[in-house]
Amino acid sequence: MSARDLPRRGPALYTVSWLDTAAAWMLALLWILPLVYAVWTAFHPAEFSARFDLAAPWTLENFRHAWQAAPFARYFLNTTLLVAMILAAQLVLSTLAAYAFARYEFRGKNVAFALVLVQLMIMPDILLVENYQTMARLGVVDSLLAIGLPYFASAFAIFLLRQTFLGIPRELDEAARVEGASALQTLWRVYVPLARPVYTAFALVSVSFHWNNFLWPLVITNSVESRPLTVGLQVFSSVEQGVEWSTITAATLMTSAPLLLSFLLFQRQFVQSFMRAGIK
Amino acid sequence: MHRKTFIQTLALAAAMGTLGAAHAQAQVEVPFYYPVAVGGAIAKTIDGFAADFMQQHPNIKVTPIYAGTYQETIVKALTAHKSGKPPATSVLLSTDMFTLIDEDAIAPIDQFVKTADDQAWLKSFYPAFMANSQTGGKTWGVPFQRSTVVMYYNKDLFKQAGLDPNRAPQTWKELSEAAQKLTRKDASGKVTQYGIQIPSTGFGYWMLQTLTTPNGVLLANEAGTKVTLDHPKVIEALDFWVNLACTGVHPSGVVEWGTTPKDFIEQKAAIIVTTTGNLTNLRANAKFDFGVGQIAGNVRKGSPTGGGNFYIFKKSSPAQQQAAFEFIKWVTQPERAAQWSMDTGYVAVSPAAYETPTLKKYGQDFPQALVARDQLPVSVAEFSTHDNQRITKLLNDAVQAALNGTKTSAQALKDAQREADRLLRSYQ
Amino acid sequence: MAAGPNIAPRAAVSQQALHAWLLLLPVLALLVAFTHWPALATLVDSFFSTPRGSRPGQWVGLENYQVMADDPVFWQAVRNNLWFAGATIPLSMGLALAMALWVNERLAGRAFLRMAYFTPTVLPMIAVANIWLFFYTPQYGLLEQITGALGLPSHNWLGDPSTALACITLVAIWKEAGFFMIFYLAALQTLNPSLKEAAAIEGASRWYYFRRVQWPLLMPTTLFVLVNAVVNAFRLVDHVFIMTRGGPDNATSLLLYHLYEVGFKFWDAGYAAAITVVLVGVLASVALLQFFVFDKRVHYQ
Repeated sequence: MSARDLPRRGPALYTVSWLDTAAAWMLALLWILPLVYAVWTAFHPAEFSARFDLAAPWTLENFRHAWQAAPFARYFLNTTLLVAMILAAQLVLSTLAAYAFARYEFRGKNVAFALVLVQLMIMPDILLVENYQTMARLGVVDSLLAIGLPYFASAFAIFLLRQTFLGIPRELDEAARVEGASALQTLWRVYVPLARPVYTAFALVSVSFHWNNFLWPLVITNSVESRPLTVGLQVFSSVEQGVEWSTITAATLMTSAPLLLSFLLFQRQFVQSFMRAGIK
Repeated sequence: MHRKTFIQTLALAAAMGTLGAAHAQAQVEVPFYYPVAVGGAIAKTIDGFAADFMQQHPNIKVTPIYAGTYQETIVKALTAHKSGKPPATSVLLSTDMFTLIDEDAIAPIDQFVKTADDQAWLKSFYPAFMANSQTGGKTWGVPFQRSTVVMYYNKDLFKQAGLDPNRAPQTWKELSEAAQKLTRKDASGKVTQYGIQIPSTGFGYWMLQTLTTPNGVLLANEAGTKVTLDHPKVIEALDFWVNLACTGVHPSGVVEWGTTPKDFIEQKAAIIVTTTGNLTNLRANAKFDFGVGQIAGNVRKGSPTGGGNFYIFKKSSPAQQQAAFEFIKWVTQPERAAQWSMDTGYVAVSPAAYETPTLKKYGQDFPQALVARDQLPVSVAEFSTHDNQRITKLLNDAVQAALNGTKTSAQALKDAQREADRLLRSYQ
Repeated sequence: MAAGPNIAPRAAVSQQALHAWLLLLPVLALLVAFTHWPALATLVDSFFSTPRGSRPGQWVGLENYQVMADDPVFWQAVRNNLWFAGATIPLSMGLALAMALWVNERLAGRAFLRMAYFTPTVLPMIAVANIWLFFYTPQYGLLEQITGALGLPSHNWLGDPSTALACITLVAIWKEAGFFMIFYLAALQTLNPSLKEAAAIEGASRWYYFRRVQWPLLMPTTLFVLVNAVVNAFRLVDHVFIMTRGGPDNATSLLLYHLYEVGFKFWDAGYAAAITVVLVGVLASVALLQFFVFDKRVHYQ
């Protein structure tokens, strides 16, 4: 597509058939349909949420209504901070732990690793009541910290990083040792840079999970100052009154727009950062 | 002498200072969970109430906390209660009463009612709403956002079908006949407009009550320890519903609650049966003239009530509970109840509220708003028992099974009865 | 190999062990506080009856498990979840791979394609489920309008027990496939292009190239994605809350949803704990199995 692509000289290898193009496009159109519908419904008055009359008037009323219904700017800030905080904690803690598992020998290592793996399957939603009690005892109920704490230790990240660290040749270790680096310095200078693609991949998993997380934040937060977007959006989703598609799609667009736009603008860089050495 | 005076003055100053500080710190905190079961701007009204109340009661700090749907609110409230730090008060479904009592989470309102004024206030609510608020001789909840079920009907479509647009069907017979006339099909035989639509997701049991109440049978007793689901009259009521679908005037299968108002607005259904809480939404969005009618009767008229009550949580401090009581009393006063009713479409909880000038005028401008209230004399309690959610689910599943045709009404209700009896045994 | 300066081997070993435990300390502390201890508490709870108000729970042994085994809704949820997993896992992975392969080629408008496939990941489920609700709404929903235009009969997709689960499954696949695509795409783009040239020169068909070259090299990615897919097959229930609430008549009840109902609607702590134990047990064994396979694969490379 651009000069950055790897050179493909010579005969066109495996030209793409029209069948492929058609199928890919059809799937893409199906996939983007909900977003298209959201755009349609958000910008048109409520009568047109089920009627696709192309002559329908455009309006910003839904956005105004949605914006007034809840302090979305604050929710946005909260969610961004929350996701960043969780990711930062996860990266730091799992790097340390993975290093320990990959490069140290000690008694009880396998038991510790098994304990870590257990967390992979236990969804915090199930442990809601007990975790709420713990937070209450710590006195942090209704804070971003309380939302994030149960997630700071990520078995998934530890597993991935341990895998990656195991694959790094020990000669590099020794080279660093020769230069007088301590264990932690070796970690920072040798291991972390080499594991960058894994960090990126994990970051994607973590961000998309925590951006969408709903039930635990609902239970543990009370005030606007700590409430994330999903809980804020919920106000449009309550069933008793009936679904108002125009408002909920306006709210959705408002809250997803930054993510969508940044993906649109940065998708090449995004994928390329994975490209540097995929998940192996 | 100087020293003594000095010390005395110091002591006095200290005492006054402490008193001052104590006064400032004597603010009692009242966290208050509320569900948003209606459109978003409700939060503003609630915040307004809290602010006004705090102006009149500077030593109480009410913190309204938005808690999601009714279901999410009770999850939040009970989780907090089980961790030892419940909100001081919360608005929860009136049917949650038994669950809250069983969890030992709430304090009876009677213990806060001390003065003659308080007693008059407690008696000022519509009796129909108190039915789900009292048991065992005690009052456990205070009505706040309550409703009854009504029929909304499309006047334009009535006119087209040759029916009187100012008269909702009064009996089952009239209803069936009207529905027949109102059902329209297109050239290929597909129905483009159903005569009547009663939703069956979410609150199937509540909709069933709009058929069993007119049939003269109650589904649960006042103590919440027995249910009558397989009574022949209940089966008859469910069969009536199933037959509406069989004769083609009602959509077949299970009908979604959340899209029913929209179906009405889109004129895909000429009559819908749903909560009065949808009134404001329909008024804003329907592009046609519509009427509101009481639930069609059979051997009698009647509808179940619905909606949410205030509850006071036991594990909060006595000062908090008292402060919460003050707030509840204040916010259910006629003026506030009137304002709440107009903002949300719920029924105002006391007759006095309807005597206020604002609500009187509103009723004159928009008489449809009064139908739900007019139905109160014939309204019954919403289905509620111990282990409420489970037993309600049994009934919901039975209704859905019958409407889907996977079981006959009789079989579905008998199965539900059997299960319910088993579950309720430990409460008898 | 020992970290730190030269010291007597035994002291070096214990110094190593100390360092290792220090590195692990934060993670283990958090895990114990928020995962292991609550999980143990849940396991213990599963052997007690549900405490009600002031009445504490009493030891009942395996009674909660018996209740679970006798509960038809539980088995319905198990069946539903197996169908759900059986459909979402291969389909979302397969579609993700196809999407990645397409986007990797020089297809017309591939930036648009990439964005279109990835969009579901960015939209919160809470809002998106309502949009899908519209699609499936009878009479004037989008699907209805399309089938109507094509002259096909009307259908109550979410209200009919025979189609409701399929509809829910479709929403889950839609949400996941684009997310998995990114991983496959990255892996594809790291493949050595000379492999492709060599295959082309040898006259191999595209299918052959895929089956013999790309697919094996994508194995690690596939395993990674598989783990995610399996976890999500049990975790993705948000849309059930909004679209069907487990209905009609439990046709779309999934295990985690049923667990939530028992735990937070019925407040039956004992029974909920039993379901939790079963759910966690099943998932843990699947996960551990996969990981040990994963482990071996990587070492063989």
